[in-house]
Amino acid sequence: MATAKDPNPRPVRTSSSFSRNPSSPSAAPASPPVPGVKPGPSGAAFVSSGIPDLDKILGGGFLLGSVVMVMEDADAPHHLLLLRNFMSQGIVHRQPLLFASPAEDPRAFLGTLPSPVSSSKEERQRAPGLDPDAKDKEKGLRIAWQYKKYFGERQVPELHNRGIEQDFSNDFDLRKPLERQMFRTQQIDCVSIQDTANLAVLHEHCSTFLSDLTRNEGCNVNAGRIAIQSLCAPQCGYSELDWDMVSFIRSLRAMIRCSNAVAVITFPTSVLSPSFSKRWQHLADTLLSVRAMPDEDKELAKLLTGYQDMVGLLHVHKVSQINTQVPVILEATTFSLKLQKRRSLILERLNQAPVDASSGTSYATSGSCSGSSKGSPLDF
Amino acid sequence: MRGFARRERERGDMNPPSNLLDEALGLGHGGAIAALPAGRVVLVEDCVETSGAFVLHHLLKRALSAGEGGGDVLFLALAQPFSHYDRVLRKLGCSLSVQRNNNKLHFFDMLKLEFPGLTGGNDIESGFVGLYSKIQRAIEARRSKEYSRGCITIMIDDLSLLEIAACGSIDCVLDFLYYCISLTAELDCSLVILNHEDIYSSEEAPRFLSHLEYLADIVIKTEPLSTGLSADVHGQVCLLLLNNTIDHFQQRDFQQTWAFNEQNS
Repeated sequence: MATAKDPNPRPVRTSSSFSRNPSSPSAAPASPPVPGVKPGPSGAAFVSSGIPDLDKILGGGFLLGSVVMVMEDADAPHHLLLLRNFMSQGIVHRQPLLFASPAEDPRAFLGTLPSPVSSSKEERQRAPGLDPDAKDKEKGLRIAWQYKKYFGERQVPELHNRGIEQDFSNDFDLRKPLERQMFRTQQIDCVSIQDTANLAVLHEHCSTFLSDLTRNEGCNVNAGRIAIQSLCAPQCGYSELDWDMVSFIRSLRAMIRCSNAVAVITFPTSVLSPSFSKRWQHLADTLLSVRAMPDEDKELAKLLTGYQDMVGLLHVHKVSQINTQVPVILEATTFSLKLQKRRSLILERLNQAPVDASSGTSYATSGSCSGSSKGSPLDF
Repeated sequence: MRGFARRERERGDMNPPSNLLDEALGLGHGGAIAALPAGRVVLVEDCVETSGAFVLHHLLKRALSAGEGGGDVLFLALAQPFSHYDRVLRKLGCSLSVQRNNNKLHFFDMLKLEFPGLTGGNDIESGFVGLYSKIQRAIEARRSKEYSRGCITIMIDDLSLLEIAACGSIDCVLDFLYYCISLTAELDCSLVILNHEDIYSSEEAPRFLSHLEYLADIVIKTEPLSTGLSADVHGQVCLLLLNNTIDHFQQRDFQQTWAFNEQNS
């Protein structure tokens, strides 16, 4: 059911069980690419999350046909950063958008969407090594305990693809709102889920939205985006109806599987009971969680470098496994959210500070270990 | 037994080396590929961090690739559409579309399964009754045809989604499972269930989980490594063999743990 063409069509062999599917067009030319959609392996198609670093971490972006869930932190609205970038990216690529939020007037949120960074000079400055410290490597002798930063080889092919990457994903300037004229001819549907007794209205909106985006063989339909903020927030009238909510998500997931769309749903885990929270997490194809950075935490400041610049932490729990048994293998699962130049969001791997020789005990959980019995502040 | 194995090799069939999991399950014993022996209930438990779907894919491939000795597969898919399994199994060397056309694979796409009405308990029950009779009819139709030995494997992916479809009436789901298990005894079937263990273990009374583990002959648990993330080893598999199910293992409640590395082929 994928729209992207298989790069290696299999030859016809009578002895094996493989044979070319006669229904698929045999020598069809490559269909014109839809803007903002990147083909990937196994017939996958990606759309950008709006954060180029997150796209790289997830192995290309958000998979079309998948459901992305973001677990919110009760202390800080960092999930809104992810939502804003996601929605802005859709508007920049002229992709239809459905937005639902527990606010009374969801359209007001559209005014906070960031505008793409205009100058390409900024892109080139950021390209080699994703860390400003990399420039210091010429200065003096540095003990290479953070040697992974200095691996230059992997960055080189990215420089060539810079132009293509620009079309696929944009850096967004969080200080500048998206221009009004971008909204004019845009198909944006806003739904308020405040005080609604049940999810029937939202379900109706989703199914009409997705009916236009049904995936067909060989036909390039534009990709759509659904963004739902705080689906189980207490302001929603149905927040007590646990089973109705999971039924809705399951049904949304089924609808999205056969359409060219991505849904991003954020939800506060503290509102749900533990077993239902797990059910929601299992329903997600890609699962992320954001956490605020505790202020003035001296232990964390000692543990991590660049602690002062960090706005929060992003943890990748699950990556979409649609059409493949092995999704991208993550080297690290916890990343720090930083605002570069106070305007664009970047994600970085956590770099552990060198252990003080006098203190002796080294933390068993470095930034790249996600499971530990010790309950370090980085576990969540 | 030896003659049978030699014949397989002479025909030049694919005979991949059995891995540790297969040996423990009693498949691939004696060099031939075999499907799950009849009458088994296999429970695959996974968690959010480590998905157990790959075990299901492996067992599915085993059941379909077993040649003459293997039987059919009835796949109740609630988690993913047919295209997903098709692609994954194709990389593992098994074409689901061909198997479906040959009626070896009966694929029930239940992604959008809704029990009619859902106003009261009766509708859910009747929904399950309908589902069960569909399964029973498919099995009996297969059995009544040409002399088909070999066990029919019923696979459910996954059980927690069935519970959501039933709006939380876990008793109906359990009843349905009991009926399916009765098929293992009566009609020579095997049952493979995928369930998310962390949903039920976080409840105060994990009755459902212990019930399932009681019903199962083999429990396969996939867990993340206790040491954290690793690029080469993606998790560990814990196998529990209950009730002396495998002949060549003498001990009861046999438990083994291995680390696994997922590959696309």
